[in-house]
Amino acid sequence: MILPFFIIIPLLTAFLIAIVAGKKDNFANGLSIFSSLLLLLGAIYNFFTQNQEVIVYKIGNWKAPIGINLVQDSLTIFMLIIVGLISLTSLIYSRQYIRHISTNWKYYALFMFLITGMNGVIVTGDLFNLFVFMEIALISAFALVAYGGKAEEFEAAFKYAIMGVVSSTFILVGIAILYSATSTLTLAKIAEQIPNISYKIVYLVGGIFLMGFGLKAAIIPFHTWLPDAHSSAPAPISAMLSGVLIKVLGIYAIIRIFFNVFGAPEFFLNIFMTLGVISILIAGFLAIAQWDMKRLLAYSSISQIGYILLGLGIGSTLGILGAVFHLFNHAIFKSLLFYNAGSVEMTTGTRDLKKMGKLTKLMPVTSKTSMIASLAISGIPPFNGFFSKLIIIIAAIQSGHPFLTALAVIGSIQTLAALLKVQRFGFHSENKTKITKNITSFGMKFAMITLAFLCFAGAIVIIPEIKEVTLDPIVEVINNNSEYMKIVLGR
Amino acid sequence: MDNNSGMTIIVKTITRITVPIIILYGCYIIFHGHLTPGGGFAGGVIIALALLNVMIAFGREFTNNWLNINFLEKLESISATLFLVLGILGFLIGTTFLLNFISKGELFRLLSAGTIPVLNIIIGIKVAMSLFLVVWVLAGLKLDEGESL
Repeated sequence: MILPFFIIIPLLTAFLIAIVAGKKDNFANGLSIFSSLLLLLGAIYNFFTQNQEVIVYKIGNWKAPIGINLVQDSLTIFMLIIVGLISLTSLIYSRQYIRHISTNWKYYALFMFLITGMNGVIVTGDLFNLFVFMEIALISAFALVAYGGKAEEFEAAFKYAIMGVVSSTFILVGIAILYSATSTLTLAKIAEQIPNISYKIVYLVGGIFLMGFGLKAAIIPFHTWLPDAHSSAPAPISAMLSGVLIKVLGIYAIIRIFFNVFGAPEFFLNIFMTLGVISILIAGFLAIAQWDMKRLLAYSSISQIGYILLGLGIGSTLGILGAVFHLFNHAIFKSLLFYNAGSVEMTTGTRDLKKMGKLTKLMPVTSKTSMIASLAISGIPPFNGFFSKLIIIIAAIQSGHPFLTALAVIGSIQTLAALLKVQRFGFHSENKTKITKNITSFGMKFAMITLAFLCFAGAIVIIPEIKEVTLDPIVEVINNNSEYMKIVLGR
Repeated sequence: MDNNSGMTIIVKTITRITVPIIILYGCYIIFHGHLTPGGGFAGGVIIALALLNVMIAFGREFTNNWLNINFLEKLESISATLFLVLGILGFLIGTTFLLNFISKGELFRLLSAGTIPVLNIIIGIKVAMSLFLVVWVLAGLKLDEGESL
């Protein structure tokens, strides 16, 4: 029963760092790497021992409707592994990278709060508790976006804070309406009550939640905060925000609420599909137009979130499989691309693609790993991104949406064009740059190489035998949406 | 003490009288959290307001000498750590996190309800320090040269 420790460990680490760390960040960095390693190992241990079962943990031994309970199923474990993996590599990457901004322990304490919030959202089985943990993650994200301390970073963080708080208020109103209709906040208990309440309330609350969580997932038209926030933040934080945060607070919460609690109403699935395709296309065009490397990657995140939403909206087993697989893949290659961008920015001092050039010789590791990540995100075989996009596209054809399929394919070409632009202008152009020294440290290279390796290795998940134990249980959890309620309530 | 900083002598005198009473009231709310409405959060807010009352009446400079801000910062983190340690103790002694493992005592007496009063005190310290420090830090921000609100 190590489920509550996914919240306790990062929280304890954050406060320990605040108490013990002196002026230097050595201790803070070491401790936070150690605890995120523990989190990753714990999640992997749970994966190997408990992936097939659902575990309900009662905090303080209070029963489900009275006390808060934590729920662990295969979707939970899957998300915990993603958070653990990306946070561990980000912290290893941070050691050198953050020192060129400042050597303050506060960065690591905030980082640990970010992990606390995300793990809390993932493991909780209570709607209001989900809201509280979401706020913890968001507030630390605001602070981390502004960590660099320049005017544009403050502007981005302020914009993010305003938009985030407005959407959180909407979610709170939705929770209040749902509570007044069902008299409970436990997700499983709400799911049990849903057939008894008026469908109008479900549609109203669903609309409010779609806006609230949609803003956190940066679905178009709720995306305007993302390009600023993700491009202004320090690179490891961009990787965390783009790789994990928008998925945990946005997509994961949408899956839990719309699939496991509301029972996947057809009406909302159609909205997901439409918004998904709109996100793919518009963000794809916007990404091609950018000259700021990190801004381009940020827009491309929105378009990839569109794929995940499209897969969820199709609602068939294959569509959900593709969505879940793409969620995992996107976390890996987008984080890697942001590490590359951070490494380039640290060495050349610019994010402008026009001012870069001839970096292949100077930064071999960065340019090679970024090439791998670009190919993976554009969906070139044999990388992992190819398979997840292929599954989503096949699912779209099978479900009888040839038009949406064509648009999704166009979106993939847009991604390829945007990332080719990064390669062509960022790394291979003939621009004369005065930089002759590569300051990428071992830790940064290690983080990049690990994720680049996973871009290859991730593809093996699609082999049927491995898929059976990894992705299929997750699809089962999302697809058999009423199972969740029955198991948690012990019926 | 610099008589010119802060507000007028009337405010300072009244503050000197009322602040101990407010802090006492906050402690009362915290200690009776398991018996009466209120508890750690409400009492912590009251204590934080008492400290802020001093800051407003006497000025930032005076409060800085009066209180050890660094210690308060540490206290905030220590109280949160203690909460987690108490929760983990429930796990080690009993079965689950935050299990109420101390004897429940006699109903409606001050020493009852097991770990809940202890948790209330810890929450009270945490909330008092956090709220006070948030306003303290915000009040310490200065505008750049030539900037206006």
